Amino acid sequence: MTDEHKTEETRALRLGIAGPVGTGKSSVIAALCRHLRDEFAIGVITNDIYTDEDARFLKSEGVLPEERIRAVETGACPHTAIRDDVTMNLMAVEDMERDFAPLDIVLVESGGDNLTATFSPALVDAQIFVLDVAGGGDVARKGGPGIGRADLLVINKIDLGEHVDVDVVQMVTDAENARDGAPVLPLSRKRPETVEKLCDWVRQMHKTYAAGGHIPIDPGPMAPHHHPHADSHEHGHPHSHSHD
Amino acid sequence: MQVHEIGKQAALLLLADGRLPAGGYAHSGGLEPAITAGRVTDVAGLERFLIGRTETAGSLAASFAAAACAGSQGGDLSGLPMLEAELDARIPSPELRKVSRDLGRQLRRAMNSIHPHSHFAALGRAPHQPVVMGVAAAVLGLGPREAALAILHENTAGAAAAAAKLMRIDPFEVHAILARMTARLDRLAVKAAEFVNRPFADLPAPGSPLTDIAAEHHRRSDVRLFAS
Ligand SMILES: Nc1nc2c(ncn2[C@@H]2O[C@H](COP(=O)(O)OP(=O)(O)O)[C@@H](O)[C@H]2O)c(=O)[nH]1
Ligand SMILES: [Mg+2]
Repeated sequence: MTDEHKTEETRALRLGIAGPVGTGKSSVIAALCRHLRDEFAIGVITNDIYTDEDARFLKSEGVLPEERIRAVETGACPHTAIRDDVTMNLMAVEDMERDFAPLDIVLVESGGDNLTATFSPALVDAQIFVLDVAGGGDVARKGGPGIGRADLLVINKIDLGEHVDVDVVQMVTDAENARDGAPVLPLSRKRPETVEKLCDWVRQMHKTYAAGGHIPIDPGPMAPHHHPHADSHEHGHPHSHSHD
Repeated sequence: MQVHEIGKQAALLLLADGRLPAGGYAHSGGLEPAITAGRVTDVAGLERFLIGRTETAGSLAASFAAAACAGSQGGDLSGLPMLEAELDARIPSPELRKVSRDLGRQLRRAMNSIHPHSHFAALGRAPHQPVVMGVAAAVLGLGPREAALAILHENTAGAAAAAAKLMRIDPFEVHAILARMTARLDRLAVKAAEFVNRPFADLPAPGSPLTDIAAEHHRRSDVRLFAS
């Protein structure tokens, strides 16, 4: 027996959730599981920067049976694990699909990191990029591969706009401008109608995927980034190496 | 030397390159637990650790990679389950046995996508990393020495790469250590390949028990950067 590639018929929709640390990726996954678990067979893979905090959070929320939530440890390289070297995640997804066949959707949470980290099309079929208003109203304007070209951009925690002096409507408009008409979803767990819109988007994506109509798009490569161990804050050139 | 005499060196570089997408970056080769326990604190300590690792876990892996390569070269994979059992017997820590098998699965998954070959399917569900390395080397046309050198390099350079994230150290110093170790790796690779015609039970069994114990502690710790 070996780790075979799954055939199209038995494969789940693999949906990545990316975005900076703390914007609400785990919360989005918890909400999706809570609302969609009766409609779809779901599995979750988390990617932590250290240990398995996200998996523990999701298990403690009780949104899925514990064995359907698995953590991949990324050795402090969360972007490598979803982009340059997806082998660990790919195998975690394939194992999950095999162990709980047939699954409809596997959600993969990125370990966070910065604005430039997006999923490789080798790992996911579609991806959601999550920003939050508390991170600053100008972030959406900064663009980048995830903001510009993820299948869906979520602007989370819109309930906090007034507390952090962010004009949510403006932020959404900026995001729409950065995305050439691709969807932007303002979200707050305190506004159930927005959570329902998120669920509808996933339902629609699953339907399109299952009908064979979804073509994975690649938001694009990572921009040069700052390493945790580097002393300087500027790199003049893009690069990658084994342990980043 | 003429260019056409360089042999399969490019294939060896491909296999040994840390950028080969097989998930090795998530592991520190025991360096993180050694640092956490205060056993490695400076450059000199790192050098001693890396030499110790290479002479024990590295050499062990190397002789098994060489043996797997020799078997695979001849097209006879029937001995692999016995080889796996012999390697299990030489790794006391259940955690390190699991890490070796996880890394082996990942290497097989990656290599079977990069350079498909029927030998990869014959490896069983969760083969040990050195065994997969040996088979992958054979599939790429390399011999037991190269298989041994590839896994020695991966063992040493992988742990060294983790140092920059785990301790206050100048990355040039880390590579200076690796440069000083190159002749040692070559020598150990040759030695590892000398066992290829012997019964698997006669393969060497170097070990460092404290790293096995540390690996078990590491698995139970709540805060860690690396999986092992
Ligand atoms: N006010 C508010 N807080 C939220 C919302 N969604 C998530 N949070 C909080 O944001 C923090 C980070 O969320 P988490 O899902 O762990 O983010 P992750 O790091 O991207 O996975 C947590 O304290 C959440 O409770 C929201 O809609 N409104
Ligand atoms: Mg999270």
